[in-house]
This record gives sequence, structure tokens and C-alpha cells, in this order.
Amino acid sequence: MSLAVGSARHLQTLLGSAGRLARSPVATFSTLLVIALALAAPASLHLLVTNAQAATGSFANAIELSVYFKTDVPLAKARQLAAAAQQRPEVAAVQLISADQGLADFRQYSGFGAALGALKQNPLPHVLHVRPKPQASSSAALDALRRYFGAWPEVDLVQVDSQWVERFNAILELLRRGLLIATALLALGVLAVVGNTIRLEIAGRRAEIEVTKLVGGSNSFVRRPFLYTGLLYGLLGALLAWAIIAASLTVLGDAVASLARLYGSQYQLRGPTPREIGILLAAGAALGWLGAWISAARHLRSIEPRA
Amino acid sequence: MIVFDRVTKRYPNGREALSNVSFDVHNGEMVFLTGRSGAGKSTVLKLIALLERPSRGTVVVNGKNTRTLKARHIAAFRRRIGVVFQDHKLLADRPVFDNVALPLAVAATPLKEIDKRVRAALDQVGLLGKERALPLELSVGEQQRVGIARAVVSKPPLLIADEPTGNLDPDLSREVMRLFRRFQDVGVTVVVATHDLHLVHEFGQRVIELENGRLHGGSPDSLPSVVATR
Repeated sequence: MSLAVGSARHLQTLLGSAGRLARSPVATFSTLLVIALALAAPASLHLLVTNAQAATGSFANAIELSVYFKTDVPLAKARQLAAAAQQRPEVAAVQLISADQGLADFRQYSGFGAALGALKQNPLPHVLHVRPKPQASSSAALDALRRYFGAWPEVDLVQVDSQWVERFNAILELLRRGLLIATALLALGVLAVVGNTIRLEIAGRRAEIEVTKLVGGSNSFVRRPFLYTGLLYGLLGALLAWAIIAASLTVLGDAVASLARLYGSQYQLRGPTPREIGILLAAGAALGWLGAWISAARHLRSIEPRA
Repeated sequence: MIVFDRVTKRYPNGREALSNVSFDVHNGEMVFLTGRSGAGKSTVLKLIALLERPSRGTVVVNGKNTRTLKARHIAAFRRRIGVVFQDHKLLADRPVFDNVALPLAVAATPLKEIDKRVRAALDQVGLLGKERALPLELSVGEQQRVGIARAVVSKPPLLIADEPTGNLDPDLSREVMRLFRRFQDVGVTVVVATHDLHLVHEFGQRVIELENGRLHGGSPDSLPSVVATR
């Protein structure tokens, strides 16, 4: 069989399978809907996780380390150390608050102006506010940075308010594992739905299969249209899943934008990338094919021609 | 072409359909397989088409021993045998053309070639022009001829038929038999199972008669006188 003849034949089989699906639109659509929901669920969860991750990325600007120098460190030395901190690759910005400025700020904002005037000398140290780069905002990286500054002999104390970041990352990790489990279970669900649909179709075309085997149709010839049917179910189901996700994003997009505005953020809901859409479609097609293959292998073998 | 050597077939339910049957059919021969219902005619055809394998003994068809043929070679084996059924086993939801084209499609024949050969086969059985008809739109005789066209479209060297005239009136039956003879004339080996003895006598081919799963008379060497050898 030449390649051209072969692919023409495969195309013909594919069209035949498509035609069969189109002939019973209601049954086909309800099957597709089940497959689409099973595919859309893990895909949306994945989007939720990536969106949450992106959102924390924008929160990373809010993470800061406060490095308190010992009170006997002179301002010139503090400036020198601030410049050194700025050189660190994981550091985005450094701001030095001198003891005098700190006192001035405190006087202005605390309302203890008069009481502070009674102090003979400034009790405050120079403070360095260090903002790490977003990629250095994980709790481990923050901890490393905290230990690094803490080891400087001139430093008295380093404070990081990273607990909420840790908690948030833990929640994300939990979601990510849940996503894995959900994906595995729902993939099994797609296999079962396609497999069952193919089983019914094989039962309905029993006579045809018998005759085809009788005139010398090989198992792979008999199986081929069912594999294409499975492939189409998976692919069309994935397309429908994409449509469901796109519609949900449209509905949610405005609400997310207004929520972000309340937090003073420009954050926008991120839809699936072309690569993610590609993965969704490929996964759907592969699951459909596999489900059909398993079902066909199980049920076609039992159909042998009788005379 | 076909060799049965001391063949016994016992079905899983314990019934022995054939007992120690030996005969052979030569290349290009046309043979009638006769006997009452249940005598084992269908079993012989099933063993030839490899729908069943013998319990004991050897069946050789087209040079292949059906007992040892591997499962993955069965499809190719069946492509070299045309089968005609009493109930013709046409696919009711497919037009005549698709039904006849099926043996060519499974053999991956190019589409142009399929078109040509299906027309030729339909022409041979006198049904050219009925390609788009559905089987149920045809008369019983026409349906049987579609079944025959399907059996011969891939030009198999062996044609077997199970009661092909069972549902036909005498005139149509004669017509179908003449068709089979015409295939024999071009070199096809033909085995027809039938209980229509009038037809058998009329066509005067060699007869293999079965009775209760045995060759009538016990062995091919001691065939009774009604069995004419060509």
C-alpha cells in the first residue's frame, strides 16, 4: 500500500467516523459534554494555580527585609554596607534609613514628638530596607538572605515578615498536588467514557464487523474506524473544554479586575497560553484514542464470524 | 486446493459434527456438498473458511494447514476464499457498491481499482447500474447475486457457497448455479453445499455426500453410485 493510497484511506476512515458521529448529534453531544467537563476541570484548576502564582509574584514587591544595624555603627559605614547589599544579585532595591531620619519619621507619625524631645541622644539604629527580586521571594531564598545579612558583624537583627508567603505557598503546593490527583482521576474518567461509548458502537455494528472479518478484514482494519471515533471524541471534547474555559474566563475576568483594583493592583486574569491549549487538545485526542483502543482490543476479539 | 485428511470436528457442547472425514477437491473443480440438514455440510464449509479449526485430522486449503495457521494470518487466508451465504449477509445500511467493495477495501486496494473491479463483478452477476441501491430495495434473487459479486470481486481462487439457492425459486436457483459454473470455467475452484438434489443432478458435477457427519459410504473410494465423478 503506497503512502498516498494509505493516507487517502485513513482520511476516508476518519470522515466515515465523523459522519457516524454527526448522524446522532444528541448522543454525540452529551458524550462530548461529559468528556469536555472531565477535561475542563483539571485545566481550570491548573489555570487557578498559575493565576495564583502570578498574583503572588506581584505581591513579591511587598516583601521586605529590615536589617537593623548595631547602634554604634557610624552612618558612613552604614552607607558603605547599603552599597554592598545593592550589589547582591537577588536584591532588587535597597533603602537606607539613617537614625536621624528614623527619629524624624517617628516623631512625625507617632505623636510622641514632645516626649522624644526629652531624649538626650537618638536611641534608633540605622536601618536598611532590602527588597528582594521576585525570583528570590520564595521562603527558602528569603531565609538565605536573612542569614546572609544576619552574619554581618555590624548587624544586630534582621526581620522578615515571610510567614504569610510561606502559608500561601503551602496552599499553592497543596492545590498543585490536588491538581495532579484530579487530573489522573478525570483522565481515567475520559478513558471510561470513550471506552464505554466505543463498546456500545461495537455492539451496534456487530454484523458489519463479522462480515468484514469474514471477507478477510484484519483486526487492525476492523479496529481503525473505532480508533478514529475515539480520537474525534477526545479532540472535540477538548475543543469544547477550551470553549467552556474561555467562557468562564470572560465571565470572571471583570470581577477579578475589580477585586484587584480594590487592592491597588493591575492584576488581570490570565487565560490559557497557546502551548497550554495545545497540551489540552493533544491530551484529549490521546485519551480518546487510548480509550477506544482499550475498548476495541477487549470487545473486537470476541466477535468472530459465524456461518 | 482443498484436502480433508481424517477430519473430526467436535463442538464445545460435545456434538461431533464430522467424524473421520477425508476427501479432496482439485484445482479448478466444482463440487457439490450434499446431505440432510445437520449432516455436517456447514461444518465442512466453516473448516474451509477457517471459521472453525478441526478437532482431529488435517484441513489444507490453498496450501495452508488451517490447524497450524497463526491467528494473525487468518485475515490474509480468508481473502483468498470467496464465501456466499444462504442469507447472503449483506450490510443493510450500505449501498450495493459498498457491500461488494468490502473485500477489496480490507485488502487495501486503490480506490480507482476498487471502482473498476466492483463494476466488473456487478456486471458478471447482471446487476450493473444497481450500485447505489440499498440491499433491501432489491429482490431476493438480486440480493443473492450481490452476495456472489462480493464473493468474487477480489478474484479468489476458491469460492464456497452455503445453500446459495435455499431461498430462491427453481429458475433463480438454476441461474445462480450457472453463474457458479461460469466462475469454474475461468479457473475458480467452487464448492457448493446444497440439499437441492434436482439441481445437483441437472448440473452433473462431482458430489460429496455427508450423512451424520461421515462421508456416505464410509470413504471416498467406496462412493455410492448416485455420486457421479466427473
